[in-house]
Amino acid sequence: MSETSLSLLILGMVLINLAIRYPVFLLADRFRFPPLIERALAFVPAAVLTAIIVPAVIFPHGPQAELDWHNPYLLAAILAAAISYFTRNLLATIVLGMAAFLLLRWWLGV
Amino acid sequence: MTAISTALPAMSRRDEIWHGLRDTFPMMVGALPFGVIFGTLATAQGLSPLQVMSMSLFVFSGSAQFIAVGLVTSSALWVIWAATFIINLRHLLYAANLVNHVRHLPQYWRFPLAAMLTDETFAVMELRYRQRGSEGYAHWYYLASCIGMWLNWNFWTLVGLVVGQSFPDLKSLGLEFAMVATFIGIVIPGLKTKPLWAAAITAGLVATLLHHLPYQSGLMLGALAGVGIGLVLDLRRKKLEASVYE
Repeated sequence: MSETSLSLLILGMVLINLAIRYPVFLLADRFRFPPLIERALAFVPAAVLTAIIVPAVIFPHGPQAELDWHNPYLLAAILAAAISYFTRNLLATIVLGMAAFLLLRWWLGV
Repeated sequence: MTAISTALPAMSRRDEIWHGLRDTFPMMVGALPFGVIFGTLATAQGLSPLQVMSMSLFVFSGSAQFIAVGLVTSSALWVIWAATFIINLRHLLYAANLVNHVRHLPQYWRFPLAAMLTDETFAVMELRYRQRGSEGYAHWYYLASCIGMWLNWNFWTLVGLVVGQSFPDLKSLGLEFAMVATFIGIVIPGLKTKPLWAAAITAGLVATLLHHLPYQSGLMLGALAGVGIGLVLDLRRKKLEASVYE
Protein backbone atom coordinates (compact mmCIF):
# COMPACT_ATOMS: atom_id res chain seq x y z
CA MET A 1 0.00 0.00 0.00
CA SER A 2 1.29 3.47 -0.87
CA GLU A 3 1.86 6.21 1.71
CA THR A 4 -1.28 8.04 0.58
CA SER A 5 -3.39 4.88 0.81
CA LEU A 6 -2.05 4.18 4.29
CA SER A 7 -3.00 7.67 5.47
CA LEU A 8 -6.40 7.26 3.85
CA LEU A 9 -6.78 3.85 5.51
CA ILE A 10 -6.14 5.31 8.95
CA LEU A 11 -8.40 8.32 8.40
CA GLY A 12 -11.20 6.01 7.23
CA MET A 13 -10.77 3.80 10.29
CA VAL A 14 -10.96 6.84 12.60
CA LEU A 15 -14.21 7.98 10.95
CA ILE A 16 -15.76 4.49 10.95
CA ASN A 17 -15.02 4.07 14.64
CA LEU A 18 -16.58 7.43 15.49
CA ALA A 19 -19.59 6.64 13.30
CA ILE A 20 -20.16 3.50 15.38
CA ARG A 21 -19.38 4.82 18.84
CA TYR A 22 -20.86 8.32 18.84
CA PRO A 23 -24.41 8.40 17.32
CA VAL A 24 -26.15 6.70 20.26
CA PHE A 25 -24.67 9.19 22.72
CA LEU A 26 -25.18 12.08 20.28
CA LEU A 27 -28.93 11.45 20.03
CA ALA A 28 -29.31 10.37 23.66
CA ASP A 29 -31.77 13.11 24.60
CA ARG A 30 -33.95 12.70 21.51
CA PHE A 31 -34.89 9.05 21.74
CA ARG A 32 -35.02 6.11 24.09
CA PHE A 33 -34.68 2.45 23.32
CA PRO A 34 -37.87 0.41 23.84
CA PRO A 35 -37.90 -1.52 27.16
CA LEU A 36 -37.46 -4.86 25.39
CA ILE A 37 -34.24 -3.66 23.73
CA GLU A 38 -32.98 -2.26 27.01
CA ARG A 39 -33.61 -5.64 28.59
CA ALA A 40 -31.72 -7.37 25.76
CA LEU A 41 -28.75 -5.04 26.19
CA ALA A 42 -28.04 -6.52 29.62
CA PHE A 43 -26.81 -9.64 27.80
CA VAL A 44 -24.39 -7.77 25.54
CA PRO A 45 -21.18 -7.93 27.61
CA ALA A 46 -21.35 -11.67 28.30
CA ALA A 47 -22.42 -12.50 24.73
CA VAL A 48 -19.91 -10.30 22.86
CA LEU A 49 -16.87 -11.14 24.96
CA THR A 50 -17.60 -14.88 24.92
CA ALA A 51 -18.07 -14.72 21.14
CA ILE A 52 -14.56 -13.24 20.95
CA ILE A 53 -12.87 -15.61 23.41
CA VAL A 54 -14.17 -19.06 22.43
CA PRO A 55 -13.19 -19.00 18.73
CA ALA A 56 -9.87 -17.35 19.67
CA VAL A 57 -8.85 -20.33 21.83
CA ILE A 58 -10.31 -23.04 19.58
CA PHE A 59 -8.76 -21.62 16.38
CA PRO A 60 -5.52 -20.06 17.65
CA HIS A 61 -3.71 -20.39 14.31
CA GLY A 62 -6.37 -19.84 11.66
CA PRO A 63 -8.93 -22.07 9.97
CA GLN A 64 -8.09 -25.38 11.69
CA ALA A 65 -9.96 -26.16 14.96
CA GLU A 66 -7.59 -27.40 17.70
CA LEU A 67 -9.86 -29.19 20.15
CA ASP A 68 -7.20 -31.30 21.83
CA TRP A 69 -4.87 -31.52 24.82
CA HIS A 70 -1.98 -29.98 22.87
CA ASN A 71 -3.65 -26.59 22.53
CA PRO A 72 -2.23 -24.35 25.29
CA TYR A 73 -4.77 -21.59 24.49
CA LEU A 74 -7.71 -23.88 25.20
CA LEU A 75 -6.18 -25.41 28.35
CA ALA A 76 -5.06 -22.07 29.77
CA ALA A 77 -8.49 -20.56 29.02
CA ILE A 78 -10.20 -23.37 30.97
CA LEU A 79 -7.79 -22.79 33.87
CA ALA A 80 -8.32 -19.01 33.73
CA ALA A 81 -12.10 -19.52 33.78
CA ALA A 82 -11.76 -21.72 36.88
CA ILE A 83 -9.48 -19.16 38.55
CA SER A 84 -11.95 -16.38 37.79
CA TYR A 85 -14.90 -18.44 39.01
CA PHE A 86 -13.29 -19.19 42.37
CA THR A 87 -11.36 -15.97 43.04
CA ARG A 88 -13.63 -13.40 41.29
CA ASN A 89 -10.41 -11.39 40.95
CA LEU A 90 -9.56 -9.90 37.55
CA LEU A 91 -5.87 -9.24 38.15
CA ALA A 92 -5.34 -12.76 39.55
CA THR A 93 -7.11 -14.20 36.49
CA ILE A 94 -4.91 -12.25 34.07
CA VAL A 95 -1.58 -12.90 35.82
CA LEU A 96 -2.20 -16.59 36.69
CA GLY A 97 -3.87 -17.21 33.31
CA MET A 98 -0.84 -15.85 31.45
CA ALA A 99 1.54 -17.83 33.68
CA ALA A 100 -0.50 -20.98 32.99
CA PHE A 101 -0.38 -20.28 29.27
CA LEU A 102 3.40 -19.79 29.18
CA LEU A 103 4.02 -22.89 31.32
CA LEU A 104 1.68 -25.04 29.24
CA ARG A 105 3.28 -23.87 26.03
CA TRP A 106 6.72 -24.65 27.34
CA TRP A 107 5.58 -28.01 28.75
CA LEU A 108 3.77 -29.05 25.56
CA GLY A 109 6.70 -27.82 23.50
CA VAL A 110 4.56 -25.89 21.01
CA MET B 1 -38.07 13.22 52.65
CA THR B 2 -35.51 12.70 49.93
CA ALA B 3 -35.53 9.53 47.89
CA ILE B 4 -32.85 7.08 48.88
CA SER B 5 -31.80 5.73 45.51
CA THR B 6 -28.42 4.37 46.48
CA ALA B 7 -27.19 3.39 49.90
CA LEU B 8 -23.65 4.43 48.97
CA PRO B 9 -22.53 7.98 49.80
CA ALA B 10 -21.70 10.33 46.90
CA MET B 11 -18.01 10.68 46.08
CA SER B 12 -16.01 13.82 45.35
CA ARG B 13 -14.70 14.45 41.85
CA ARG B 14 -11.20 13.50 42.92
CA ASP B 15 -12.39 10.24 44.44
CA GLU B 16 -14.33 9.39 41.29
CA ILE B 17 -11.23 9.95 39.14
CA TRP B 18 -9.10 7.88 41.49
CA HIS B 19 -11.64 5.04 41.65
CA GLY B 20 -12.07 5.09 37.87
CA LEU B 21 -8.32 4.66 37.39
CA ARG B 22 -8.06 2.06 40.15
CA ASP B 23 -10.90 -0.06 38.78
CA THR B 24 -9.47 0.16 35.26
CA PHE B 25 -5.95 -0.76 36.33
CA PRO B 26 -6.33 -4.56 35.87
CA MET B 27 -7.63 -3.92 32.32
CA MET B 28 -4.60 -1.76 31.64
CA VAL B 29 -2.34 -4.63 32.69
CA GLY B 30 -4.30 -6.92 30.39
CA ALA B 31 -3.97 -4.54 27.44
CA LEU B 32 -0.23 -4.00 28.00
CA PRO B 33 1.14 -6.97 26.03
CA PHE B 34 -1.47 -6.37 23.36
CA GLY B 35 -0.20 -2.79 22.88
CA VAL B 36 3.42 -3.94 22.70
CA ILE B 37 2.55 -6.61 20.14
CA PHE B 38 0.60 -4.12 18.07
CA GLY B 39 3.53 -1.70 17.98
CA THR B 40 5.91 -4.51 17.01
CA LEU B 41 3.64 -6.07 14.42
CA ALA B 42 2.67 -2.81 12.75
CA THR B 43 6.32 -1.84 12.41
CA ALA B 44 7.12 -5.24 10.93
CA GLN B 45 4.30 -4.75 8.39
CA GLY B 46 5.94 -1.60 7.09
CA LEU B 47 3.95 1.16 8.76
CA SER B 48 5.94 4.26 9.66
CA PRO B 49 6.22 5.23 13.35
CA LEU B 50 3.87 8.16 12.68
CA GLN B 51 1.24 5.86 11.12
CA VAL B 52 1.54 3.32 13.94
CA MET B 53 1.07 6.01 16.56
CA SER B 54 -1.79 7.75 14.77
CA MET B 55 -3.67 4.43 14.73
CA SER B 56 -3.32 4.02 18.48
CA LEU B 57 -3.99 7.71 19.17
CA PHE B 58 -7.01 8.24 16.93
CA VAL B 59 -8.48 4.87 15.95
CA PHE B 60 -7.99 3.56 19.50
CA SER B 61 -9.44 0.13 18.89
CA GLY B 62 -7.20 -2.87 19.46
CA SER B 63 -9.17 -5.41 17.45
CA ALA B 64 -9.60 -3.13 14.42
CA GLN B 65 -5.94 -2.11 14.55
CA PHE B 66 -4.82 -5.75 14.55
CA ILE B 67 -7.12 -6.62 11.66
CA ALA B 68 -5.79 -3.64 9.71
CA VAL B 69 -2.12 -4.49 10.13
CA GLY B 70 -2.94 -8.13 9.38
CA LEU B 71 -4.60 -7.21 6.09
CA VAL B 72 -2.59 -4.18 5.06
CA THR B 73 -0.16 -6.01 2.76
CA SER B 74 -2.80 -8.14 1.05
CA SER B 75 -6.16 -6.34 0.97
CA ALA B 76 -7.87 -3.37 -0.62
CA LEU B 77 -8.82 -0.32 1.43
CA TRP B 78 -12.54 -1.06 1.42
CA VAL B 79 -11.95 -4.60 2.74
CA ILE B 80 -10.13 -3.26 5.79
CA TRP B 81 -12.77 -0.58 6.31
CA ALA B 82 -15.55 -3.18 6.09
CA ALA B 83 -13.68 -5.38 8.56
CA THR B 84 -13.24 -2.42 10.92
CA PHE B 85 -16.94 -1.68 10.72
CA ILE B 86 -18.12 -5.23 11.37
CA ILE B 87 -15.68 -6.05 14.13
CA ASN B 88 -16.46 -2.80 15.95
CA LEU B 89 -20.24 -2.87 15.61
CA ARG B 90 -20.24 -4.24 19.14
CA HIS B 91 -19.39 -0.75 20.36
CA LEU B 92 -22.82 0.35 19.18
CA LEU B 93 -24.32 -2.19 21.57
CA TYR B 94 -22.02 -0.94 24.34
CA ALA B 95 -23.08 2.67 23.76
CA ALA B 96 -26.74 1.62 23.75
CA ASN B 97 -26.18 -0.15 27.05
CA LEU B 98 -24.63 2.93 28.71
CA VAL B 99 -26.69 5.69 27.10
CA ASN B 100 -29.19 6.10 29.95
CA HIS B 101 -26.32 7.06 32.24
CA VAL B 102 -24.88 9.81 30.01
CA ARG B 103 -28.14 11.28 28.69
CA HIS B 104 -27.98 14.21 31.13
CA LEU B 105 -24.47 15.25 30.07
CA PRO B 106 -23.70 17.99 27.51
CA GLN B 107 -22.32 16.95 24.10
CA TYR B 108 -18.78 18.04 24.93
CA TRP B 109 -18.83 15.31 27.57
CA ARG B 110 -20.69 12.71 25.54
CA PHE B 111 -18.32 12.97 22.58
CA PRO B 112 -15.07 11.98 24.37
CA LEU B 113 -16.89 9.33 26.42
CA ALA B 114 -18.18 7.77 23.17
CA ALA B 115 -14.98 8.19 21.15
CA MET B 116 -12.89 6.45 23.82
CA LEU B 117 -15.33 3.63 24.63
CA THR B 118 -13.51 0.29 24.56
CA ASP B 119 -14.36 -3.26 25.68
CA GLU B 120 -12.48 -2.68 28.91
CA THR B 121 -13.98 0.69 29.83
CA PHE B 122 -17.41 -0.65 28.95
CA ALA B 123 -16.95 -3.56 31.36
CA VAL B 124 -15.80 -1.19 34.11
CA MET B 125 -18.66 1.28 33.52
CA GLU B 126 -21.38 -1.32 33.21
CA LEU B 127 -20.46 -2.66 36.65
CA ARG B 128 -20.05 0.79 38.18
CA TYR B 129 -23.42 2.11 36.96
CA ARG B 130 -25.11 -1.08 38.16
CA GLN B 131 -23.56 -0.71 41.61
CA ARG B 132 -23.52 3.05 42.19
CA GLY B 133 -25.70 4.63 39.52
CA SER B 134 -24.79 7.69 37.46
CA GLU B 135 -25.34 10.52 39.91
CA GLY B 136 -22.82 13.18 40.91
CA TYR B 137 -19.39 12.95 39.36
CA ALA B 138 -19.83 9.50 37.81
CA HIS B 139 -18.80 10.88 34.41
CA TRP B 140 -15.37 11.78 35.84
CA TYR B 141 -14.96 8.14 36.80
CA TYR B 142 -15.88 7.21 33.21
CA LEU B 143 -13.47 9.78 31.75
CA ALA B 144 -10.66 8.59 34.03
CA SER B 145 -11.20 5.02 32.86
CA CYS B 146 -11.09 6.15 29.20
CA ILE B 147 -7.99 8.27 29.59
CA GLY B 148 -6.25 5.57 31.62
CA MET B 149 -6.87 3.02 28.86
CA TRP B 150 -5.91 5.50 26.14
CA LEU B 151 -2.60 6.58 27.71
CA ASN B 152 -1.80 2.96 28.54
CA TRP B 153 -2.53 1.78 24.99
CA ASN B 154 -0.43 4.52 23.43
CA PHE B 155 2.44 4.11 25.84
CA TRP B 156 2.72 0.37 25.18
CA THR B 157 2.26 0.86 21.43
CA LEU B 158 5.25 3.21 21.58
CA VAL B 159 7.24 0.65 23.58
CA GLY B 160 6.38 -2.03 21.00
CA LEU B 161 7.39 0.28 18.21
CA VAL B 162 10.80 0.97 19.77
CA VAL B 163 11.41 -2.58 20.99
CA GLY B 164 10.12 -4.09 17.73
CA GLN B 165 12.99 -2.53 15.87
CA SER B 166 15.54 -4.25 18.10
CA PHE B 167 13.73 -7.56 18.89
CA PRO B 168 11.56 -8.47 15.91
CA ASP B 169 10.76 -11.87 17.47
CA LEU B 170 8.84 -10.49 20.45
CA LYS B 171 5.45 -11.80 19.37
CA SER B 172 6.66 -15.38 19.83
CA LEU B 173 6.46 -14.77 23.59
CA GLY B 174 2.81 -15.74 23.40
CA LEU B 175 1.55 -12.58 25.05
CA GLU B 176 -1.48 -12.71 22.78
CA PHE B 177 -3.16 -14.83 25.45
CA ALA B 178 -3.46 -11.70 27.63
CA MET B 179 -6.61 -10.56 25.84
CA VAL B 180 -8.28 -13.94 26.34
CA ALA B 181 -7.38 -13.96 30.05
CA THR B 182 -8.68 -10.39 30.48
CA PHE B 183 -12.01 -11.10 28.81
CA ILE B 184 -12.46 -14.33 30.78
CA GLY B 185 -11.84 -12.38 33.98
CA ILE B 186 -14.51 -9.87 32.97
CA VAL B 187 -17.15 -12.36 31.82
CA ILE B 188 -17.13 -15.12 34.46
CA PRO B 189 -17.92 -13.03 37.58
CA GLY B 190 -20.79 -11.41 35.68
CA LEU B 191 -22.57 -14.70 34.99
CA LYS B 192 -24.97 -14.52 37.90
CA THR B 193 -28.19 -15.90 36.42
CA LYS B 194 -29.15 -18.82 34.17
CA PRO B 195 -30.15 -16.57 31.24
CA LEU B 196 -26.69 -14.92 31.42
CA TRP B 197 -24.97 -18.32 31.34
CA ALA B 198 -27.16 -19.37 28.43
CA ALA B 199 -26.36 -16.14 26.56
CA ALA B 200 -22.61 -16.65 27.00
CA ILE B 201 -22.64 -20.35 26.06
CA THR B 202 -24.81 -19.74 22.98
CA ALA B 203 -22.65 -16.82 21.84
CA GLY B 204 -19.44 -18.84 22.19
CA LEU B 205 -20.92 -21.85 20.41
CA VAL B 206 -22.43 -19.95 17.49
CA ALA B 207 -19.34 -17.77 17.02
CA THR B 208 -17.21 -20.94 16.91
CA LEU B 209 -19.48 -22.71 14.42
CA LEU B 210 -19.56 -19.59 12.19
CA HIS B 211 -15.85 -18.87 12.58
CA HIS B 212 -15.25 -19.52 8.87
CA LEU B 213 -17.38 -16.53 7.78
CA PRO B 214 -15.44 -13.55 6.41
CA TYR B 215 -14.53 -10.40 8.41
CA GLN B 216 -15.26 -12.16 11.68
CA SER B 217 -18.98 -11.75 11.11
CA GLY B 218 -19.37 -14.98 13.12
CA LEU B 219 -18.52 -12.87 16.14
CA MET B 220 -21.46 -10.52 15.57
CA LEU B 221 -23.90 -13.33 14.73
CA GLY B 222 -22.77 -15.31 17.77
CA ALA B 223 -23.24 -12.27 20.01
CA LEU B 224 -26.72 -11.63 18.58
CA ALA B 225 -27.72 -15.28 19.08
CA GLY B 226 -26.50 -15.11 22.67
CA VAL B 227 -28.39 -11.90 23.40
CA GLY B 228 -31.54 -13.41 21.82
CA ILE B 229 -31.42 -16.60 23.90
CA GLY B 230 -30.68 -14.63 27.06
CA LEU B 231 -33.63 -12.32 26.46
CA VAL B 232 -36.08 -15.16 25.73
CA LEU B 233 -35.09 -17.06 28.89
CA ASP B 234 -35.20 -13.86 30.93
CA LEU B 235 -38.72 -13.01 29.73
CA ARG B 236 -39.89 -16.56 30.46
CA ARG B 237 -38.43 -16.43 33.95
CA LYS B 238 -40.11 -13.10 34.70
CA LYS B 239 -43.41 -14.53 33.47
CA LEU B 240 -43.05 -17.53 35.81
CA GLU B 241 -42.28 -15.25 38.74
CA ALA B 242 -45.31 -13.10 37.90
CA SER B 243 -47.61 -16.16 37.82
CA VAL B 244 -46.32 -17.26 41.25
CA TYR B 245 -47.38 -13.94 42.78
CA GLU B 246 -50.85 -14.04 41.28
